[in-house]
Amino acid sequence: MTYQMTVSPDFSPQHIAGWYIFNTWLQKNLGLDIHLELYHDFESQRASIQADTVDIIYANPFDASMLIREKHFEALVRPLGKVDEVVIAVPANSPVNQVEDLQPGIRLAFTDDPNVHLVGMIMLEPANLSRENMNMQMVSSYAVAAKKLLRGEADAAIFLKEAFDDLSNLTRRELKPIVESQISDIFHALLVGPRLVDKAETIRRLLLSMSETPQGKSVLIALGIDGWASVDKEDAEFMIDLMDAIQ
Amino acid sequence: MENMRPEDIVGEYQEYELTYYDGTSRKVLVTDIETPYPDGKLIVSRTDTAGIITHVNQAFVDMSGYTREELIGQPHYILRHPDMPRAAFKDLWDTVQSGKKWEGYVKNLRKDGGYYLVFASVLPNIRDGKIVGYTSVRRKPSREKMEEALRLYAKMREDENA
Repeated sequence: MTYQMTVSPDFSPQHIAGWYIFNTWLQKNLGLDIHLELYHDFESQRASIQADTVDIIYANPFDASMLIREKHFEALVRPLGKVDEVVIAVPANSPVNQVEDLQPGIRLAFTDDPNVHLVGMIMLEPANLSRENMNMQMVSSYAVAAKKLLRGEADAAIFLKEAFDDLSNLTRRELKPIVESQISDIFHALLVGPRLVDKAETIRRLLLSMSETPQGKSVLIALGIDGWASVDKEDAEFMIDLMDAIQ
Repeated sequence: MENMRPEDIVGEYQEYELTYYDGTSRKVLVTDIETPYPDGKLIVSRTDTAGIITHVNQAFVDMSGYTREELIGQPHYILRHPDMPRAAFKDLWDTVQSGKKWEGYVKNLRKDGGYYLVFASVLPNIRDGKIVGYTSVRRKPSREKMEEALRLYAKMREDENA
């Protein structure tokens, strides 16, 4: 049987090749056939999840909640030392210096990255801003959100911090972050679905020892992470409770 | 729980006697000094089913003024400010004990007698169909909505004390 692996569409474009390399490494070490399917938007990935075609997923915190609670997935590992934080930025020449300077009616660029959007909207609450009093502009990627700010087509934009840091120096110089989340408890995680649950421990052990071999190490470099940390059931449940609390 | 100690307090304070839902009471010392809520932070804590603190994050430690060791094992009402009406906490407990999420604006008391203002969400932790504890997440509130809530709480306190 061929299993399907997929990755949350908010992965950094620099690491597309890394996920293919990781899949090859995983297949070789597990002796399983795994097909990597990368979706470019959350909607098509969700349709695939709903059709129960996904077996391994590197999921964002929001989707991880749904996969664990509704689809009986199990979280195995999370990237070592990496947490999901969110940045709200404005054009560098904007008179806005803090969230409270933003006024109702602003044009807000955002992606359909669900947990980033959720945290971003929370960070706008102190200025009394909500989807009802902003001009909401959904864009296809963080690069497009940055372009909207640079062209003066948006007044503020919500970014995954990692994606903001991955923008070119030139672009970042033209932007001004006004607030950055410091949550620390929200992270992406690698999950396996019901068809692979019996192999969950084997896969977890394999991933945790990945950095011990030169080949495993080079795959980690291609993914842009230092290694994996184990996630147990309660760690995952805690993150889900936290996400539920803020939605 | 021990009374608050004058040597921990920063600034001029007033003394109140607070009685909690479990019948215990203590002296609290209260100043008018607000610690502004920092942008971007979430205060996270967990309690057992009796409301005893089992986990706090760093933002909780920073904002409350207590050390982690002072907080773990204490009832969550260690943060209760005398300006908060009893009815607000009754509503909180009734809601979460029935398995639902509670949200509201809260004025919290710091160890140094000052206060900080939050928008709080409290959620029951349900495992295998049973409530095993509660998670509370607090974030920076809208100033306007917070002031509205404080006016309402002042009115509720008046009614409670009438």
